[in-house]
Amino acid sequence: MENNKSNIDMELETPVVGQVKSRKRELLRLLKENKLAFIGLIIFVIFFITALLGLLLTSGKEPVFDPSMVRLQEKLLPPLASPHLESLRPHEVPKTGVYVFGTDDLGRDVFARMLQGAWVSLTVGFVAVGIAVLVGLFMGGIAGYFGQKYIGLDHIIVVLLFSTGATLSLTGKSFTGFIVIVIDLAFVFSLALIRWKSRKSRYFKWLDLLRKKTLSIDTLIMRVVDIMLCFPSFFLILTVVALLPASIYNIMIVIGLTSWMGTTRFVRAEFLSLREQDFVTAARALGVNDYRIIFRHMIPNAIAPVLVSATIGIATAILTEAGLSFLGFGVPPPNATWGNILSDGKRFIFDAPWLTFIPGFAILLVVLSFNLFGEGLRDIMNPKLRERH
Amino acid sequence: MLSFIGRSVIQKIVTLFFVSIVSFLIIHMAPGKPSQVDPLNPKFTPEMVERFRKEFHLDKPLYTQYFYFYHDLFTGKTVSWKDNQPVLAKIFERFLNSLPLFIVGTILTWTLSFPVGIRSALHRGGLYDRSATFFSYLFISIPGFFFAYILIIFVVNSFHVPVIGMETFGLESLSWQRMFMDRIWHLLIPSILGATGGIAVLSRYVRSQMLEVEGQDYVRTAKAKGLTAEQVHYKHALRNALLPFVTMFGLILPGLIGGSVIIESIFSWPGMGRMAYEAILARDYPIILTVNFISAVLVLGGTFVSDLLYMVVDPRIRL
Repeated sequence: MENNKSNIDMELETPVVGQVKSRKRELLRLLKENKLAFIGLIIFVIFFITALLGLLLTSGKEPVFDPSMVRLQEKLLPPLASPHLESLRPHEVPKTGVYVFGTDDLGRDVFARMLQGAWVSLTVGFVAVGIAVLVGLFMGGIAGYFGQKYIGLDHIIVVLLFSTGATLSLTGKSFTGFIVIVIDLAFVFSLALIRWKSRKSRYFKWLDLLRKKTLSIDTLIMRVVDIMLCFPSFFLILTVVALLPASIYNIMIVIGLTSWMGTTRFVRAEFLSLREQDFVTAARALGVNDYRIIFRHMIPNAIAPVLVSATIGIATAILTEAGLSFLGFGVPPPNATWGNILSDGKRFIFDAPWLTFIPGFAILLVVLSFNLFGEGLRDIMNPKLRERH
Repeated sequence: MLSFIGRSVIQKIVTLFFVSIVSFLIIHMAPGKPSQVDPLNPKFTPEMVERFRKEFHLDKPLYTQYFYFYHDLFTGKTVSWKDNQPVLAKIFERFLNSLPLFIVGTILTWTLSFPVGIRSALHRGGLYDRSATFFSYLFISIPGFFFAYILIIFVVNSFHVPVIGMETFGLESLSWQRMFMDRIWHLLIPSILGATGGIAVLSRYVRSQMLEVEGQDYVRTAKAKGLTAEQVHYKHALRNALLPFVTMFGLILPGLIGGSVIIESIFSWPGMGRMAYEAILARDYPIILTVNFISAVLVLGGTFVSDLLYMVVDPRIRL
């Protein structure tokens, strides 16, 4: 029996794998044709490796390049300047022999700081967009798949009670909050009990009032998206980041939680159209449950364009982080980011232009590569825009 | 039509109500108290803090504060916590400063991106199209503050004109032409900065719209019946490609507030973005909340206007 099944699986799988491979090869071919996108991909890979190396070389107890070592006698040296060996202790001499990107106003090695900043930019971009994509997939998927379901009055009461309880217990009145939550749980259990025991009983006719339909899930989620879109995004991020304690994780979370709306709308639209397709109907007719339909059949079909716009989202997130660092709200010192190297360097813009230009060009290059790669992928995957020969 | 307007206005008011709640909660739930802005200041004795809290209802529960705040806002009595000036008057003054930047930037964006985009679409794949594509990606990707410094260095070194601030200090005795030119120089660089990103995005959009329309059957028909290239491109194709842009007129309204924070703080331009930035630094909640509220109104108003415009220009849409 077992053997038989795996045989069938293999038979089913072999052609699929073959097709995937050829599709990948096709994608690569199209990518090579689109030169800008290919260059973007190469820069992106180089940046990725640099950031990983940067993390390895600048962290730990005795880093190879110490981004926070202050050498005041060596301040504002131009790129490729050699260190004054007589005034430095042996461990203060940069491992590269020269200051590849010069030094800043505290004599710190800009090359080491740029390496450290690369990792920061990379993680901020990826984590923020990861959060945004996850939230967007979740909300958009629910709105698209379960959107026609209605929220009853009882659901609202439960959620309201629970959130009041949680807020109360978080703001100090833990006892009252606890009691409210207990009441809430009791409410849930009694409702379930009554429904299970006496579904048809006429004494509980009034309970139908609780099941009154209020608004559909789709409406709810889309209104939340509308509300979020009302905030000017950079201003909102700035406000929240300024009010929260300075930390890199807060920045990632805040950028992520303020940029999921586009993905949500997109996933919802995609799910609404996929729902009506025959393969989903077939899966439903076979009795496949909702979650399997969503995760095995619908998400794989909707994910590619989402990932493409995520690539561009990473570029935006890196720019936002750089802007925040520039305004002084970014990652707290002594950690270096490209934004705060530039921001520190702007005071010396005429004496030490490399402090502005090196991080500026680095940000430009990385963001450009993400944009080119993402837009190139979008063009490749859009058959409408493909050139006809 | 009327029922659409009515429904949409009600929906937008409900959204606005929730926006007001959410923004209020975000601000007040955040750690730190506005009364502790300046703990090192010896003038801030506990009695002062207490008086401060009383004065601005900070000792009341949150929903009372919410009610007080929006009551004050709608009666125009909100005052800044920092200097006790009426918030609306302050915002209006800064708004007048931001307005020229916004107008010049918008005019630059909308007049330049159409020719660039249309030409790219008509000469698809050519040298012009490829370089336009590359430059638009470049301008989308360049960090605004970095570009600002490049422009400042370039302008200051090659034209020897001051560009920081709204006008050069101490020029009052000069002739009006000189003063006028001075204002123009100060206005030009930040406007160009504000416009480049917009030109890049919008021209790409114009290009793709134009390409899509050029592939339609009616354009081929127009070509086949022997119309001149100008007539095909500008009469048959362009008019249809312009449809989505009509709606974008509504969406430029919110640009009045957002997006100018960095540019205005680099150029020391006393506009709205800078005021918002200073208010955030000083935890001046009334100003932050009011700016937020106004921008939400602008966003909702903008979408409303664009829906209406769409209905007017596109007879196929019946909402």
